[in-house]
Amino acid sequence: MHYLDHAATSPMTSPVINAMDAAFRVVGNPSSVHSAGRTARRLVEEAREAVAAAVGCHPAEVVFTSGGTEADNLAIKGLWLQQQARHPHRSRLLVSSVEHHAVLDSANWMAAGEGALLEQIPVDEFGVLRMDALSAMIERDPASVALISVMWANNEVGSLQPLAEVVALAAQYGIPVHSDAVQVIGAVPVDFRASGLAAMTVSAHKCGGPMGIGALVLQRDVTPIPVLHGGGQERDIRSGTIPMPLIVGMAAAFEGAVAELDSHCARISSLRDDLVARVLALEVGAALRGHPTRRLPGNAHFTFSGCEGDALLMLMDAGGVQVSTGSACSAGIPQASHVLLAMGLDAATARGALRFSLGRTSTMADVDAVVGLLPEVVERARKAGMINR
Amino acid sequence: MKVLAAMSGGVDSAVAAARIADAGHEVTGMHLALSNNPQSFRSGARGCCSLEDSRDARRAADIIGIPFYVWDLAEQFRRDVVEDFVAEYAAGRTPNPCLRCNERIKFAAVLDRALALGFDAVATGHYARVLVGPQGVEMHRALDPSKDQSYVLGVLEQWQLEKSLFPLGDSLKREVREEADRRGLTVARKPDSHDICFIADGDTAGWLEERLGEQRGEIVDAVSGEVLGEHQGAYRFTVGQRRGTGLSVPAADGAPRYVTSIEPSTRRVFVGPPTLLDVNVIDGMKAHWCQGLPTAGQTVGVQVRAHGTEVAATVVAVDDADVTLRTHEPIRGLAAGQAAVMYEGSRVIGAVTVAGSRRDS
Repeated sequence: MHYLDHAATSPMTSPVINAMDAAFRVVGNPSSVHSAGRTARRLVEEAREAVAAAVGCHPAEVVFTSGGTEADNLAIKGLWLQQQARHPHRSRLLVSSVEHHAVLDSANWMAAGEGALLEQIPVDEFGVLRMDALSAMIERDPASVALISVMWANNEVGSLQPLAEVVALAAQYGIPVHSDAVQVIGAVPVDFRASGLAAMTVSAHKCGGPMGIGALVLQRDVTPIPVLHGGGQERDIRSGTIPMPLIVGMAAAFEGAVAELDSHCARISSLRDDLVARVLALEVGAALRGHPTRRLPGNAHFTFSGCEGDALLMLMDAGGVQVSTGSACSAGIPQASHVLLAMGLDAATARGALRFSLGRTSTMADVDAVVGLLPEVVERARKAGMINR
Repeated sequence: MKVLAAMSGGVDSAVAAARIADAGHEVTGMHLALSNNPQSFRSGARGCCSLEDSRDARRAADIIGIPFYVWDLAEQFRRDVVEDFVAEYAAGRTPNPCLRCNERIKFAAVLDRALALGFDAVATGHYARVLVGPQGVEMHRALDPSKDQSYVLGVLEQWQLEKSLFPLGDSLKREVREEADRRGLTVARKPDSHDICFIADGDTAGWLEERLGEQRGEIVDAVSGEVLGEHQGAYRFTVGQRRGTGLSVPAADGAPRYVTSIEPSTRRVFVGPPTLLDVNVIDGMKAHWCQGLPTAGQTVGVQVRAHGTEVAATVVAVDDADVTLRTHEPIRGLAAGQAAVMYEGSRVIGAVTVAGSRRDS
């Protein structure tokens, strides 16, 4: 079995499992005032400090959520609504055209239902944000921009975004910037304080932690309007019982991922480079997508001409290699990726996408398996052609 | 063998997949997504392409222990089945979309793709039997006459039948449900699907009106030529239909009036006594022959609707594409566009689309 879909979710590490196993045995609601509550609270706050240390922010800036999607929703909806409340003329919402659906669909929803003026920032052929376009968009009327959201790195094609430039540009006009950093923890150094971001989304399960927990890192003076209403457990911004064992797991994952970042990146980027070189050398009609060098260390994304991604996926799966088409998939129904379309690919080419994402447990044996399997898989998938001929 | 099992989310296809897996084949479950917007099709237990059906199919695959995937055929289904359905009605004919789906989607697009991807056969939960005879593979009626689906599979030709498995052909529906229950398949008690999967509420006339618009025309007495009333679209009618003409004036003899024919070019719908509906000569076109052509003079059985009875008929003339049949007893209410499937005993000879029919005594 060769698991090459770490960008979808990563295997939990032993330290995470052990920490959570111990935490599950602790009784107490972190919001209770008695000693049991205090015991649980202490574990949460220690974990908050560990997460803060891992991403370079103050512990008070960490607002735990149920994961990346909730954090993105809170950032897009909550920050736009807050801006509207304070500055009614700030109604433009600028998001990159290659955002995860958690950002894109939140933004679309705000445009459809709340009057946000949504503009998508175009990307180049590598999926990298076009700064010239963003600059022109802002300069058209800087005082009307409520929020900019640009992901740290793209989840499908792996390209790193010019976030420092985005923040520097936005800062000239006092525009807050949110970034979805779900894919980058443990993959690139993240320093929230140095980044100048107003808000940043992180998630535990992409770097060895459990599913169902993430955080919106928020500068202390940034207070989005809540999306979930209730007990106000997290800074009165996020309600819901604080899931202590998940938070403990997230902290253990972030600590481990950041501690091993350099060695991990060196190892998997070398494996990935090997994978890319050998796949291209097969000459099976593969084209590497995303930026050739400035990309996530574990990401290799290709399109295979004349093939349907879901056919490739199924045949790879049957051969024991687990990969992804890299596209959104609600009912299990594959569609051409909005990311690839935004990069200028035609729909037919985009439908031939396959994403290999390497992680902590990846080895050369995984790469060998891919390279061994691909020629026959591509040949068969190409023969099957496109499903909607 | 490597077998692709089409899994609709219903009990039949789940048991079919389980039986093939038990027989030692390497089975992959495949749900066909046929709607661009899964929620827009019939939801719940009755359709074949809702999100709930997709989940039911996945859970069945889990229990059987086979891999499971979803293929998106929405675009092809829209083009080849849904649009064809609308166009046929617009032309005054009465199509069978299930048959078209089998012809163009399940045993064409899906089968082609499966074979190219390295599968040896496609299995479905249809009730029909495939037997090897002297001239090759034969399709026969299912053992359970109340569930027999050889009619909607009548368009399958040799190469398709050779690659098709129908593991339920020898079973009674009751047995299939009991087996599903024994196997722990949660779909064991799921109701059967009946109506057209892409018409959510079963209101075919309303659904067609949304797509074709109102097309007023006259309702004409087929005997006297008198204009009896007006209708909002000829596509709302099918030959043999009794209700829904909205006529308040009874026929002179007090007999109920039926739609006897439809003239799309003039949008005229003719009504008359049921005796006008009786036909005994059928002209069929677009033939699919399972093995070979029947011979002129041969007596065959013919069935003209999915759950209709078979009547005896003599082949008057036949070639690769067309056939003319003279039935030994009249068939009441045959619309152009319906499929006529011919049988010899329980064996399917072939299927044609009804081009026209008449009374010839």
